[in-house]
Amino acid sequence: MEGRTKLAPPLEYLTTKKDEFVGWARKFSLFPYPFVTACCGMEFMSVSATLYDTDRFGAALPRFSPRQSDLLMVVGTISHKQAPIIRRVYEQMCEPKWVLAFGACATSGGFYQNYAAVPGVDRIIPVDVYVPGCPPRPEMVIDGIMKLQDKIARERHPIIGERF
Amino acid sequence: MSQAILDELMGILAGGAKAASISHGVLALEIEPAALLATAKRLRDELGFDLLLDVTAVDWLGQTPRFEVVHHFYSTARLVRVRLKARVPEEDPAVESLVGLYGSARYMERECHDMYGIAFRGNPDLRPILLYEGFVGHPLRKDYPKDREQPLVPYRR
Repeated sequence: MEGRTKLAPPLEYLTTKKDEFVGWARKFSLFPYPFVTACCGMEFMSVSATLYDTDRFGAALPRFSPRQSDLLMVVGTISHKQAPIIRRVYEQMCEPKWVLAFGACATSGGFYQNYAAVPGVDRIIPVDVYVPGCPPRPEMVIDGIMKLQDKIARERHPIIGERF
Repeated sequence: MSQAILDELMGILAGGAKAASISHGVLALEIEPAALLATAKRLRDELGFDLLLDVTAVDWLGQTPRFEVVHHFYSTARLVRVRLKARVPEEDPAVESLVGLYGSARYMERECHDMYGIAFRGNPDLRPILLYEGFVGHPLRKDYPKDREQPLVPYRR
């Protein structure tokens, strides 16, 4: 211990912007609500389980109540019969909220063009990130989550009033 | 083994049918719609067909009669299948319900009613099962436009 140099002084403050700070905090605490309707659910399980592990992005813990979640993952085909349900789920989520369309069916209806399927969930609710693929590779989903994180980091976050 | 059983069944049932053939290991009988209930009862009670596998229909657009109601039966004792086909006209697409013989007919007839608009006389509950209330038309009919949608939620744009 004799020859050791003096330690640098501890970090006492840092400067940042409010939106950047809140965005940085929010982008690593996504609470997804998986709305799983079809075969893409298998890929969702794969991407959320150990091998690919969305925990690394803070998007680990699925909330099974839309009221506790801020990321709606639409995983699979949405039929017209389900459309009122998913709109209601979306409306129950608290702001701020984001939507990720997982797979070709949620993005555009996929190969369905018939009486039953909604041609893309964005006909019903606004979508932030589209992940194509039938089903998408886990890497694509992770890429989509990272894109969403970038989007959150760049957003304005008008939660905090004049007292902050 | 099953061929012998099918031949035997054909000998028993072909007399009451318009046409009978063995196709892909299934005894297929074309019958009059009025004979459906009696034939099904005979299959169940006398010939051991204890399982109703499927109720569906075929839309032969342009032909008369237009629809063909198809029932599949299976015997868990003899391990053979029988198919009954009955043609019904477009103006009155109706056959007798098999709910009294097979309880499972209840849902399968509802689905067939959804998709083809076949009425099953005697089925007490023909509400939509796969479709939703307010759906107009029958989507598996050949004259239903393939891209016609009936959204329950208005589109955003």
